[in-house]
Amino acid sequence: MLELLLHLFLLLGLSPLLPGVIGKTKALFAGRTGPPFLQSYYDIWKLFGKGLVISRTTTWVFRAGPVVGLAVPVLAALLVPFGAISAPLSFTGDLIFFVYLFGLARFFTASAAMDTGSSFEGMGAAREVTFSCLAEPTVFFSFIVLARLSGSLALDTMFGPALYTAWQSAGPSLILVVACLFVVVLVENCRIPFDDPNTHLELTMIHEVMVLDHSGPDFGMILYGAAMKLFVLGALVVRLVFPGSTGNLLLDTLLFAGGMLLLAVVIGLVESTMARLRLLRVPQLLVGTMLLSFFSLILLLR
Amino acid sequence: MNALNPQLLKNGEAIGLELVPTFDFADFGDCLLAEIRKQGRIAACFAVPVIEKSRELELFALIARDRNASVAVYRTHIGERFPSLTPNCPQMHLFEREIAEQYGVVPYRHPWLKPLRFHNAWRSGGDAWGRPADQHPRVGEMDFYRVDGEGVHEVAVGPVHAGVIEPGHFRFQCYGEKVMHLEISLGYQHRNIERMLLNGPHPATMPQVETIAGDTSIGHGLAYCQVIEALSGCEVPDKAQSIRALALELERLANHVGDIGALAGDVGFLPTFSYCGRLRGDYLNLTAALCGSRFGRGLVRPGGVLFDLDSALAGEILAKLKAVQGNTMGAIELFFEAPSVLSRFEGRGRLSRSVAEDLGLVGVAAKACAVPRDSRFFHPTGVYRHIFDDLITEETGDAMARTRVRSREIPVSIELIRRIGNNLPDGPIRAPVGPLKANAMAIAMVEGWRGEVVHVGLTDGNSRLRRYKIVDPSFHNWMGLTMAMRDEQISDFPLCNKSFNLSYCGVDL
Repeated sequence: MLELLLHLFLLLGLSPLLPGVIGKTKALFAGRTGPPFLQSYYDIWKLFGKGLVISRTTTWVFRAGPVVGLAVPVLAALLVPFGAISAPLSFTGDLIFFVYLFGLARFFTASAAMDTGSSFEGMGAAREVTFSCLAEPTVFFSFIVLARLSGSLALDTMFGPALYTAWQSAGPSLILVVACLFVVVLVENCRIPFDDPNTHLELTMIHEVMVLDHSGPDFGMILYGAAMKLFVLGALVVRLVFPGSTGNLLLDTLLFAGGMLLLAVVIGLVESTMARLRLLRVPQLLVGTMLLSFFSLILLLR
Repeated sequence: MNALNPQLLKNGEAIGLELVPTFDFADFGDCLLAEIRKQGRIAACFAVPVIEKSRELELFALIARDRNASVAVYRTHIGERFPSLTPNCPQMHLFEREIAEQYGVVPYRHPWLKPLRFHNAWRSGGDAWGRPADQHPRVGEMDFYRVDGEGVHEVAVGPVHAGVIEPGHFRFQCYGEKVMHLEISLGYQHRNIERMLLNGPHPATMPQVETIAGDTSIGHGLAYCQVIEALSGCEVPDKAQSIRALALELERLANHVGDIGALAGDVGFLPTFSYCGRLRGDYLNLTAALCGSRFGRGLVRPGGVLFDLDSALAGEILAKLKAVQGNTMGAIELFFEAPSVLSRFEGRGRLSRSVAEDLGLVGVAAKACAVPRDSRFFHPTGVYRHIFDDLITEETGDAMARTRVRSREIPVSIELIRRIGNNLPDGPIRAPVGPLKANAMAIAMVEGWRGEVVHVGLTDGNSRLRRYKIVDPSFHNWMGLTMAMRDEQISDFPLCNKSFNLSYCGVDL
């Protein structure tokens, strides 16, 4: 019970900090002060206190998008170990449940976007669905590698203590998996070089343009959901990089939290030093990543 | 054929209108086409009623002959309808639409006759599109070109945009992510400036001219002053000429640096975006040090300038400039050294040299297509007669080339300022401006940071302005953006648009 509470506390409490750390890193690079670390918390709090404007052309689907977008990362988080803290919920084959939970969220976000009838949002939905589609095989190949290494089809075991020994036996494979999952974190959370979360240019947006019509608490849910999605997917990468366990719950928690903050800094670094990819190049890069993940599987099977 | 020789004019010169021969329309059209074939280009074209209340219009075309530093003036008469010259001369396209909207005349066989700024005709008795005269037309209400078919969709952007920019409407016809056609509809900021200037100069004229396009305050202000000075025969003191050129180059620097920063921002490349945003402010502050306004408002006035520049202030400006130059070049180097940036800019929004010449592009957009266009070089006035010889062009015609032209013009402008600042002449900064000559015409071409700013003034028998024509470089160049977007990805539009960075209000007038 304590672990479940700790799990939820880390997810709900810590996730909005990540966008703050990314923003601060970027500001530091640009020689600016930047918004405070806690800006996302303020934003979400502010949005939940606001009114709501809903277009007359929309239906219940439009309202459902943000709700599903908020619920899915919470559910998915229950399947993922946060560092050495094991997952509260685990069953054989939950990796497929995990991937398609996000598929469900995407379906509702895209449907809600198309529900507005706006040409921008339709374009954004088309882009988002295409790119996620191309990112999905990468996730599966990476998971297959981990499943084979751990001999289990449950995420908790795949990202469990066995990882530590796996690094010694299959290091090269795991390095590729880390790289692939990092790319997935970037693309799924619409970070540079795939998408630019800060841009105001609606014609270049992918994710942001789909939520243009949401306002108030609905938009607050979207922001909160996005922060948690980054947290959950990021937790996979952090766990891969820090596979050990100290045996002390407090130390493990701190190590995990530190790892998450470090991940945010790395994302900030990538965003500070790279320009966005051309939209046409994104599929090419994603296919490349998929091949990389496939190669990591071959390395393991040889 | 002697009768078909046009009157020639130099930049910043006035001539009596009686010297300008009037051709019949067929000859006028033939002459224009012949001039274009000989690499002339239409600097300005406008109509004016023959006499007050007359239904008959005089049509003037001013052809810039860059190679011999002169402007040929053609004049003809038109009635309610005249055959369009656009099918053979694409440069006339917007000029003819403008004339049709202003006077309610119809250039028939015009392939793209639509309103330009959505205002009522300047005189009663008909609108080219039959719009009611008692109410203001709705801006943006016209037949947009449409493509139909499976997988084809239409995207409408603006007039209200996501950033704090000017209003304008863009209508894309897309096949998936590919743009088949883009149509741009402006006019949201129409203030009727050309009509406000009639019967002038008025006390308010100068501030109005400085706000034709706020980012080109010096450019437009200077062009207007040169027209007035030419019409009144005023000799501007040398020192004033130096201060004017210095201000014009500072304006160019601030905008070029700002543009490169904004281009970096559009592709999410933060280092150059942040640095250039700050550096632009430094350049603006130099203009403020000169005259108290960051955009140079109130500096240039007919006869000279209002603010003197002593050697102490000049030294300060040069020292500050030297300090900022290092930072600027560093920030720009980061931009051109990042592979991820280069891959975004190279090959995007490509315009061929022949399209650029056909459309009569000017300024940065033309230079990027290897078309040499710079009135500082071809039609120099003031200090530019002696110090400017560095005309920059690029070959590739894409967004990269347009960015490179800007980045290469920055050191040139800094060097110009240095030479002007180190050789400031002594003497007065303003000469008295007498009354304007009656029945005369004057042209001024000033190379603003976007390109050539053209002003033409015509006086009546009472020495008042009978017609005042303003041609912002954006007027020529918006069509270039439309053509550059053909077959491009719609997601690259903001990048292409920014690489042109055209003025909306400069066209809306």
